[in-house]
Amino acid sequence: MGLLFHIGRYFAFMAAALRRPQKGRVFAQSTLIELEAIGVQSLGIVALLSLFMGAVIAIQTAHQVGGWVPAYTIGFTVRQTMILEFAPTIIPVILSGKVGSNIASQIGTMQVTEQIDALEVMGVRSISHLVLPKLLAALVIFPFLVVIAMVLGIGAGAWICNAADLSSFADYEYGIQIDFKAFDVAYALIKTCVFALIIASVSAYHGYYTAGGAREVGRSSTKAVVYSVVLVMVANLVITQLLLT
Amino acid sequence: MIKVRGVDKAFGDKAVLHGIDATFEAGQVNFIIGRSGSGKSVLTKCIVGLLEVDAGDIKYAGEDFTAMSTKEREPIRRQIGMLFQGGALFDSMTVLENVEFPLRMFAEMDAEERRVRALECLKRVELEGAEGRFPAEVSGGMQKRVALARAIVGRPRYLFCDEPNSGLDPQTAIVIDNLIRDLTHEYGTTTVVISHDMNSVIEIGDNIHFLHQGRVAWRGDRKGILSSGVEELDKFVYASDLMRDIKGKLQGR
Repeated sequence: MGLLFHIGRYFAFMAAALRRPQKGRVFAQSTLIELEAIGVQSLGIVALLSLFMGAVIAIQTAHQVGGWVPAYTIGFTVRQTMILEFAPTIIPVILSGKVGSNIASQIGTMQVTEQIDALEVMGVRSISHLVLPKLLAALVIFPFLVVIAMVLGIGAGAWICNAADLSSFADYEYGIQIDFKAFDVAYALIKTCVFALIIASVSAYHGYYTAGGAREVGRSSTKAVVYSVVLVMVANLVITQLLLT
Repeated sequence: MIKVRGVDKAFGDKAVLHGIDATFEAGQVNFIIGRSGSGKSVLTKCIVGLLEVDAGDIKYAGEDFTAMSTKEREPIRRQIGMLFQGGALFDSMTVLENVEFPLRMFAEMDAEERRVRALECLKRVELEGAEGRFPAEVSGGMQKRVALARAIVGRPRYLFCDEPNSGLDPQTAIVIDNLIRDLTHEYGTTTVVISHDMNSVIEIGDNIHFLHQGRVAWRGDRKGILSSGVEELDKFVYASDLMRDIKGKLQGR
């Protein structure tokens, strides 16, 4: 099927997803469950990756610039890399693998086992009922995860500088403060929110339009991750061009 | 009452339903029977609005369902209970939460009232004590009964049951048949059962539609089905040795 068909159907899907919930209390409970599934259950992987990435960036920077630029450059580079790119882009890309495939396979399984038909027959607006809590939860929790990633990455950089004697803590501390622009954090959080919407909605879209059986659920899950990552990369380029130039 | 008039449905070039006319009476157990691929499930999906018809109309108590928008259909859909062939239970919810779900969405009841009503329904399908378990933790037959409890918990005006006895042991099948019949007569429900099971048809069928190649080839009651004179229906009805035996006995009288 053509690209235009999918674009049209995606926007119709989003219009249905953004309709007012039929029952506020059920919606609130579903959103809390999704916050736990998308956010709390992702904390471990986000923390682990951020710690290692912060430490690795510090070592690489020290290795490449050691001796001919000031030692505070290590702290500066770790901060900029974590805030501008690693936390807001790479963490969502990783989450698209975890959260996106989970959303697509969950909704896809509901589709092929007639659970979505059951909702529709009862008079429940299935798209809004299933997708809106996920969209809201992703929109709320992704920025928190990204801020945690920034803090842990920068902290890990400080730890490795001290442990491996790459630079003094004072130099590192000076490096992470020098030429700090609050707008960089705002830019990171803006793109994080856009990526959160892309990942949750594209994954839900692929899950919802699954037809067939277990094999198709697997395919939908794969498609959800691939399309999410590609769209995140395209959006990253567009947002960066718009906000940083 | 549900009236179906001149319904056609095709998927691409493949026509599945041809000018279906059917009336499903209130307070009666209406059966749609037929061989696999005869169009029973497609017809049912058209009636409940999961598929759109290509031509014809479907009226619920005189209201033209086919002409309504999705939003306009919602009040009618809230009066529908449906038992899906595979159960279609929500696997992230417990048995009790599944049964309570339609009430949580649409009924003006507090939590205790919902719980009492859901437990009553679980008792009717002989599933007391299973309320805390998840669908994956109960057998296929039990899942079917939970699904029936969920379908009836909102006291629906229209009840659809897709192969309610498939995968059930004969004893449980009788319990389910009796429950469907009792609920239908007790609440005046318009019940539509899609089935291959001739035992059920003979036991509880008030109004039977036989589909063959996408057309209603015969309609009548359970007495008439044994001597319809329709070749395809006879082949369907007397497919088993048991039914042929019954036919022999009837002819010997």
